[in-house]
Amino acid sequence: MSETEHHICSVRLYVTIFSALMVFTVLTVLAASVNMGVMNNVVMLGIAVVKAALVISVFMHLKYNPKILWVVAIGAFVWLGVMIALTLSDFLSRGWMPNQPASWL
Amino acid sequence: MSAPGVEANEVAPGERRVHYLNWATTVKSWLLTLDHKRVCILYLCTITFYFLVGGVAATLFRIELMTPQGDFLSAEIYNKMFTMHGVAMIFFFLVPSIPATLGNFLIPLMIGAKDVAFPRLNLATWYIFTAGSLFALFAIINGGVDTGWTFYTPYSSTYANGHVIAATFGVFVAGFASILTGLNFIVTVHKMRAPGMTWFRLPLFIWAQYATSIIMVLGTPVIAITMVLIMVERGLGVGIFDPALGGDPVLFQHLFWFYSHPAVYIMILPGFGVISEVIACFCRKRVFGYEFIAFSSLAIAIIGFFVWGHHLFVSSQSVYAGLIFSFLTFFVGVPTAIKIFNWTATLYKGSVSFATPMLYALGFIGLFTVGGLTGLYLSTLAIDIHLHDTYFVVAHFHYVMVGGMVLAFMCGLHFWWPKITGRMYPQMTAKFASVVVFIGFNLTFFPQFIVGYLGMPRRYYEYPEQWQLLQLLSTAGASVLGFGFLMVLCYLPYSLVFGKKAGPNPWQAKGLEWEETTSPPSAHNFEKDPVVTEEAYAYTEGARNV
Amino acid sequence: MSDAHSSPYLAHHFDDMEQQSQAASFGMWIFLAQEIMFFGGLFCGYTVYRAKFPEAFSAGSFSLAIHWGLFNTVVLIGSSLTMALAVRAAQLGRKAGIIKWLVITMVLGCVFLGVKVIEYKAKIDHHMIPGQHFEFHGGGKFVVAGHGDEGAAGGHGEVEATHAEPDEATDHDAPADDHGETAADVDHAESTHEGNGHGVVEVDPNQVEIFVGFYFLMTGMHALHMVIGVGLIIWLLVLTTKNRFAAEYYTPIEMFGLYWHFVDIVWIFLFPLLYLIGRH
Repeated sequence: MSETEHHICSVRLYVTIFSALMVFTVLTVLAASVNMGVMNNVVMLGIAVVKAALVISVFMHLKYNPKILWVVAIGAFVWLGVMIALTLSDFLSRGWMPNQPASWL
Repeated sequence: MSAPGVEANEVAPGERRVHYLNWATTVKSWLLTLDHKRVCILYLCTITFYFLVGGVAATLFRIELMTPQGDFLSAEIYNKMFTMHGVAMIFFFLVPSIPATLGNFLIPLMIGAKDVAFPRLNLATWYIFTAGSLFALFAIINGGVDTGWTFYTPYSSTYANGHVIAATFGVFVAGFASILTGLNFIVTVHKMRAPGMTWFRLPLFIWAQYATSIIMVLGTPVIAITMVLIMVERGLGVGIFDPALGGDPVLFQHLFWFYSHPAVYIMILPGFGVISEVIACFCRKRVFGYEFIAFSSLAIAIIGFFVWGHHLFVSSQSVYAGLIFSFLTFFVGVPTAIKIFNWTATLYKGSVSFATPMLYALGFIGLFTVGGLTGLYLSTLAIDIHLHDTYFVVAHFHYVMVGGMVLAFMCGLHFWWPKITGRMYPQMTAKFASVVVFIGFNLTFFPQFIVGYLGMPRRYYEYPEQWQLLQLLSTAGASVLGFGFLMVLCYLPYSLVFGKKAGPNPWQAKGLEWEETTSPPSAHNFEKDPVVTEEAYAYTEGARNV
Repeated sequence: MSDAHSSPYLAHHFDDMEQQSQAASFGMWIFLAQEIMFFGGLFCGYTVYRAKFPEAFSAGSFSLAIHWGLFNTVVLIGSSLTMALAVRAAQLGRKAGIIKWLVITMVLGCVFLGVKVIEYKAKIDHHMIPGQHFEFHGGGKFVVAGHGDEGAAGGHGEVEATHAEPDEATDHDAPADDHGETAADVDHAESTHEGNGHGVVEVDPNQVEIFVGFYFLMTGMHALHMVIGVGLIIWLLVLTTKNRFAAEYYTPIEMFGLYWHFVDIVWIFLFPLLYLIGRH
């Protein structure tokens, strides 16, 4: 465990990850310029998640750290997702029922 | 039975025993302390002050409510009083209460550690908390804020007069103390347990604090950013919740309650932890269903994050969202009820004795149950239409927060007082005060269930005459309650000077803090590093095996 | 080489360096978790309003200079690389390497902040600051909806189907000196302006103001974190020059690295969410 805790990555690995991040960044911009309807959001967020995962696992060494830290990292994102999802459950379902105030007045 | 280190409680005649309170007595040694036990004392002083601030506010508006007319306070001052009461009591008393005092003191002791994981950070949180509180105090002294502790927009962000920014900034700053305390506790429990102290040998107080800390870390940042948004909207005119721009005030409510609902679990879970400890000790018995209580603490912490919309039932939130939140709110009552059942089962065939902490613990079980059950009424969508913003809600949350948490705080304070201070308070006086508090509390708040059910809105300073009797009873009760608290505020400091010196384990309780330390503990906690070999609450003396 | 139990770097309440180091990592990750929730409140508000006002958000996004956003993204990810290399140098006990990579990271951070100043200034120049005096005059295919003044929009509220600025060169490859970014900020009248009702999207300036408000809030909060980060780098540089770190103890650098990468990750999400809405 103490070896993994202080695992030293090679410069090459870091540069490779950096290059991948650059590629994904360019991909994001290209994807933005193509009209895919609602898939635009999915693709761009998806790429952002992949980029974040690369930064987290390699630059932030989470790949080489005890699993509990993964729980912390992923848990926080999940929690944010819950907050957004339940909040949207209100805003997006307004106006579904007759005599309910529609939200976008 | 008593560990070797404990004999050090005995000193040769003429010799003064050195412990964490007296090894250094300069102001600097207190203000720059790295000792978690001293940080507890620092927090205890600050939160007691804010308890009094909140109490004074309550006194004033309870006087006003004795008569149906608005004759004692103006409407605006009345609004400022209930705002001040809520802000002081919630943010600067209840949220830090047990975690920052008892939690700080006990967590390292209970797990066999020398200190928390980040002692300097611990001290820093006290400074952060106090600094935040001073901003709120500034707001209070300079005319107050009349938005209610809930700071609803657009009133708070656009139209209110008063130092809203100072008050919200104070909450913002103090929130970070809460976050960092939670962070400290989580790492401490994970990383600093003594050899043999496995997760399922931990005292349930630790489980409760751990669950509380998770809520602190995940929930408080959201209210922090929400306060920032109010400050920005108010101070810079950026229209985030402003309907004139298409902004939505209900968004504020979502963000606010995303924290403030889990906050009530921050305010009660530590109390649950205390009750577990005290019930076990005064029944001389293992807590029934240890794993259930441990996991139910986590369940409450997690599910408690999914129910905030029950504060928005009548806000124009969609009915569908309301249905989801209502269902989840019922669901979160289940792990809570499990605890009540388990404590009751612990009492069954226990060897029960009625020391002061036990009186508070029993009071807690009854009063919290009432509060919790009335919460179920409120989470029922159709009923909440009628009860929302009435005194029924006020009574509900005071039953859980005062009848629950404050009683639990008193319970814990009275249980661990001899350990923290090395002194015992006068027992009969303390028992009497606990009964006074219990009676005063019920007299104050039970009539409020009735008057709320009958339709009286909350936050009103005038009301129809037919409700005066109930309001009078409530104010009378508040006087009794206040008297009870004042008694405590008198005899506890009295005991510091005149109280009988306490031995290391006056209650004959199980637990590292009782069995392996002196009263008060030495600065470095343990004379020898503890090794844990038995389960929690392994009472044998006087225990009856069920 | 001191052993793990008696190292001069070991704090009194820990048993060994391993425990101390793991505790520090754990604590830092929890801190980052709460930072995610802190920024998350802004992301939540953004999501609600974007769902509510998709066209206005597209219009607001259009008013941002995509090339600056892209440049900043590259710069910031680059600074993440250099920060990782700084931590690596620390792991290897190379003081000179630490200093070199920390300085480069700091420089890149300052470049990022400098660009933000440029972008903010452009917004100021166009009166696109949320508040009393906010003005939005349309841009590209986005036009101001409705008739005449919208009181809350502030400013003039003139309805114009065309941009108010004189046509700027819309060539992105050659940003001009003073108004560099305005090439994109200003309406691309030449390339996209067509007559009314043909590929034109009407937006409410008030709603655009909400987008711009979130733009400033989110990038501003992010920039504040970067400023703090730059300050912390200076502190780390001071400590490094004083030989406070060694191969067996470089925890502050490592923990700061986590913070810096986190700030990078926030931007990784901010860039598409703010700059790349409806760019097609």
